[in-house]
Amino acid sequence: MTIDQHASRGAKQKLAVVGAGMVAHRLVEALVERGADRTWDIEVFGDETRPPYDRVALTSFFSDRDPEDLLLGDGSLWRRPGVRLYRGSVVSRIDREAKQLHARGTTFDYDRLVLATGSYATVPPVDGADLPGCFVYRTVDDVAELRQWVLDREAALGRKVRGAVVGGGLLGLEAAGALTALGADTTVVEFAEWLMPLQVDRAGGGALRRIIEQLGVSVRTSTATSRLKAGRDGKVARMQFADGERIAADVVVFATGVRPRDELARSSGLEVGERGGVVADPGCLTSDDSIFAIGEVAQIAGRVWGLVGPGYTMAEVVADRLLGGTATFDGADLSTKLKLLGVDVASFGDAFAATSGSLEVVYADPTAGVYKKLVMSDDAQTLLGGMLVGDAGAYTNLRPMVGRALGSDPTGWLLPEGTEAPGAGAALPDDVTVCSCNNVTAGQVRCAVTEQGCTDLAGVKACTKAGTSCGSCVSLVKKLVDVQLAEAGIEVSNALCEHFAVTRAQLFDIVRVSEISTFSELVAQHGTGQGCDICRPVAASILSTLRHGHVLDGENAALQDTNDHVMANLQKDGTYSVVPRIPGGEVTPEGLVAIGQVAVEYGLYTKITGGQRIDLFGARIEQLPAIWKRLVDAGFESGQAYGKSLRTVKSCVGQSWCRYGVQDSTTLAIDLELRYRGLRSPHKIKLGVSGCARECAEARGKDVGVIATDRGWNMYVGGNGGFTPRHAQLFAEDLTTDELVRAIDRFLMYYVRTADRLQRTAPWLESVEGGIDAVRAVVLDDSLGIGADLDAAMASHVDDYEDEWAATLADEQKLQRFASFVNAPDTPDPDLAYVEERGQRRPADEAERAVLIAGASIPVRTTTEVTA
Amino acid sequence: MTTTATTTATTTGWTRICRLDALVPDRGAAALVDGHQVAVFRLGGSGDVHAVDHHDPFSGANVMARGLVGSRGGVPTVASPMHKQTFDLATGHCLDDASVALRSWPVRVVDGWVEIGSGTA
Repeated sequence: MTIDQHASRGAKQKLAVVGAGMVAHRLVEALVERGADRTWDIEVFGDETRPPYDRVALTSFFSDRDPEDLLLGDGSLWRRPGVRLYRGSVVSRIDREAKQLHARGTTFDYDRLVLATGSYATVPPVDGADLPGCFVYRTVDDVAELRQWVLDREAALGRKVRGAVVGGGLLGLEAAGALTALGADTTVVEFAEWLMPLQVDRAGGGALRRIIEQLGVSVRTSTATSRLKAGRDGKVARMQFADGERIAADVVVFATGVRPRDELARSSGLEVGERGGVVADPGCLTSDDSIFAIGEVAQIAGRVWGLVGPGYTMAEVVADRLLGGTATFDGADLSTKLKLLGVDVASFGDAFAATSGSLEVVYADPTAGVYKKLVMSDDAQTLLGGMLVGDAGAYTNLRPMVGRALGSDPTGWLLPEGTEAPGAGAALPDDVTVCSCNNVTAGQVRCAVTEQGCTDLAGVKACTKAGTSCGSCVSLVKKLVDVQLAEAGIEVSNALCEHFAVTRAQLFDIVRVSEISTFSELVAQHGTGQGCDICRPVAASILSTLRHGHVLDGENAALQDTNDHVMANLQKDGTYSVVPRIPGGEVTPEGLVAIGQVAVEYGLYTKITGGQRIDLFGARIEQLPAIWKRLVDAGFESGQAYGKSLRTVKSCVGQSWCRYGVQDSTTLAIDLELRYRGLRSPHKIKLGVSGCARECAEARGKDVGVIATDRGWNMYVGGNGGFTPRHAQLFAEDLTTDELVRAIDRFLMYYVRTADRLQRTAPWLESVEGGIDAVRAVVLDDSLGIGADLDAAMASHVDDYEDEWAATLADEQKLQRFASFVNAPDTPDPDLAYVEERGQRRPADEAERAVLIAGASIPVRTTTEVTA
Repeated sequence: MTTTATTTATTTGWTRICRLDALVPDRGAAALVDGHQVAVFRLGGSGDVHAVDHHDPFSGANVMARGLVGSRGGVPTVASPMHKQTFDLATGHCLDDASVALRSWPVRVVDGWVEIGSGTA
C-alpha cells in the first residue's frame, strides 16, 4: 500500500527514528515543515538524555555555556502532537519481520524506520587507554566530564594540568582548543607527518603547526602513542611513544576518528559495508525497503559522509520520500571551513591536486601565518579546488567557482583579506550555488532583487533562505544583492526619502535629544522641501511617541497618514471603517448591543476582525463624529485600527473558564492592551496571550506572544502573519507578570526607537546587530544601560494616554475637519452607491453602478436613503 | 501670497467656498462647485492655494482632498490617500504616471474668501 492511500484513508502511519542527533532533528523538522505530521506519527529514540543538540558547536560549551544553549530549535518540535521524543532510550533490537523495535523494556510498531544513529568516537588499541583521565570527544556528557576532570585535577595537583590529545585532525584540534581554554598545557600528538592531513597538504599543515605553536600548544607529528601509564593514584599520568620518548599527561583525549554505529543494522541482518556503515541507495533506503539510513551511519555511493551537511541533505531526501517523493542523495560538497583554536582552515574541491596535470598556485606568508593554495586545471584556467590556512576570507568567493574559469589572474583571488577579489559577486554565473546549506544559486539571489522586489539582505534571506543556516555565505549574498541593486538603479541608501538623508532611527534620536516638536522645525533643521507621504507620517509617529500630542493638534494634523488623519480606516469607495477597542476580545452583551445599534442606525456593514473585535464599514467622513459620540457614550474608545500602533492583544479564555488553562490569560491580555494602547510605532504591533501551551490565542503569530506555563509566562517575539508569516521566537521563560510587563515595555520601546519605517518586529530583530540575542541582552540584562530610560519612556506613554476620539469630540475645531464639503458640511458624497448582499450593504461594482445610473430598478440604495 | 489659475479656458464665474482661515495649512478640503467635487489646498510654506479634482482617477473614489501634501523636487504635491500616486498640485499632472492628470481649477482669494473659477467657456 502506498503512503498516499494511507493518507487519504486518514489512518496515520508510524515512523520510528532511531537516533536523536542533528540529522534526526533535521529529519523531523523537515517532516513537520512539510506537514507530514498529519499523516505520520513520529517517534524518535535517542540514547542521550538531552534532546538533539548542536554537536558541531560542542567546544563552545567550554566557554562556560549552558548545555541548554546548544539545543537545536526551541524544543517546540518535540511538543507537537504526533511527534514524540524518547530520551535516554537505547533501541536494543529491530524485528524486521514484525516491524517492531525494542526499547524502554517494551516494543514499538513501525511502518517505516530511519536509522540515524551516527557514529562512535574510536579509541586506538593502546595499553592504558581505559585509565581514569582518558576521554573521547563526542557528546555533551563527554565534554562535561572532561571539563570536570581538568578542574578537579588542577585543584588536586595544585598546578597546571598537562593534557595530551591523540589525533591532530579536526576533532583533535577542537579538543586541544578546549583543553587550552581550560588552562591546561596541551600537546597534540599526530601519527601522520603533519596536522589535519585529510584537509591540508604538507605545506598547509606546516603553516597550521606554526600558528598553533605560537598559541602555546605543543605539536608532535609522525608520532605513535604506544601506551599510557597510571600514577600511584591509579589515574593516567604518562604517555609513552613508539620511539621511546614520553611525556607527562594528567588528561588524555582520543580524537583519532569515528566509526558508524551500525551494530543494530548488523544484528538485524541489514547489509553493512566492509569498513562499516549501513549500505543504502541514493534514496537512503537500506536492503530492507521499510528502513532508511541517514547521516554518519549510512554508506551511500560506497562511502560514509562524515559531515553534518550531507547528513542534512539525506534527512531532506528521506522526508521527501516519506511524502511520496523521489528525491535522491547525489553526493555532497565536502568543502569545509573551520575555525580551530582561532585559526581559519578551509579546503574545497580537489584540494590535493589529484587531477592529472593540475597546477598549483600558492601564496604563503609565514610571518603572517597564512598559507593559501589554488589547484587549477592544466591550462591554468579552471579552478579545481584549494586550501586556505590562517585566512579563509576568500573561501566564500572561491568555493562556488570550483569547476569554473577564474579569469586571467588566479593569484588575485589569494591576496590578503581586504583586497577585493576580482569579479566577486558580479561575475558569479547564475547557476553557481552560493548557499549550499539551502541550495540557493547566485541566479536565485539576483532574481529575488530583480523580480521579487527585495531591496535588502534581510529581504533576500527571507525570500530565498540563502544564508539562513550556517551563515557562511552571508557576505557573498550581500555582495550579490548590493551589486544587483546598484544595477537595477536602486540606490543602496538608508535615507528615509528625498527630504531626509537619515534613517527613521536617526530621526527618532534627533527628536529625542532635541526640543523639536513640529515637523516644520524638523524639516528646516534636518531636512529639505515640504516633506511627503513617507516622512510626514514618520515624523507624526515619532512626535507622538516622544511628545504625546493629539494626532490633530496644530501642525500634527497635516502629517498624519491617510487613516490617522480621520482616525478611521479608508475603504475603496472613500468611506471609512470604524473599530472600537475591545481589550483582549472581552465584551459585555450590553457593549455588543450598543455596537449593533450604532451599526443599524448608520447602516454599517459589520464583520468580526481577526483581532477579536468588530469592524463597522461604510461610515462617511461627516458621520464619523456622530458615530463615535455614540460609541464613546457607550463606554468604548478608539481601537487605533487605523494607526501604526498597538492593534490588539488577542487572548484565549484562559484559566477562568477553560479546563486546560494554567494562567488567567484574559486578564493579562486586557492589562497589556490597556497599557500599550495608542503607542505609535514603526508598524502595527499585535500581541497575543495564551493561557496554556495549547496556544489557542495564536500568540506565536504576534509581535509579542505570551504563553502561560505552570511557573509563569513564556515570552515570544518577532511573530507575524501577513505577506511573510513568521513564528515568534522564544525570548524569555517562566517570567512573573511584573517581569513580563517590564520585558515587553523595554522590548516595544527599543523597537519603536530603532526600527525602520514599516519594519515589523521580525525583520527588525534580523536587522539588529547580534539579532535576537543582542535584543535579549538589552531587554533582560540592560547591556546598553538604557533600561531605565526605556522604562521611563513607557511609563510616560502610559501616564499620558488619552482616547483620541473622546478628545476630538470635545474640541469643536477638530470636529470641523470632518465636513464632507467645506461649503456643504453635511452633504454626502453623491457618487456613493451600494447594493445589498447577504442582508448587508456593500459598495456597488462598476457594472452595478452603470445599471444604477441607467435608472434600472435593481435594489440599490443610495446613501441619502441610508441615513434616513 | 499667490494663487493659481492655470487653465487656459476663460473663467466665467467664481464660486465662493469658504474663508481662507477655514483651510488647515498643508491639508485639503473638498468643495462642491456647480456639481463638481473640487479639492482645495492651502500650503503651509508658501501660503499658496491650489484646487484640483477631488476625484482620484486611480481608485475612482472622491478622496483627493484627504491626500498628503508635500513636495517632490521642489514641486508642491498631493499624494492620493488611497494608493499614494503623487500629483503636481499646480498643474494636476500625475508625477508617477504621465498619462493621468487631475483637472486643475482656477482659484483666488478675495477679501479673505477662497473662490473657485467655474463655468469655463
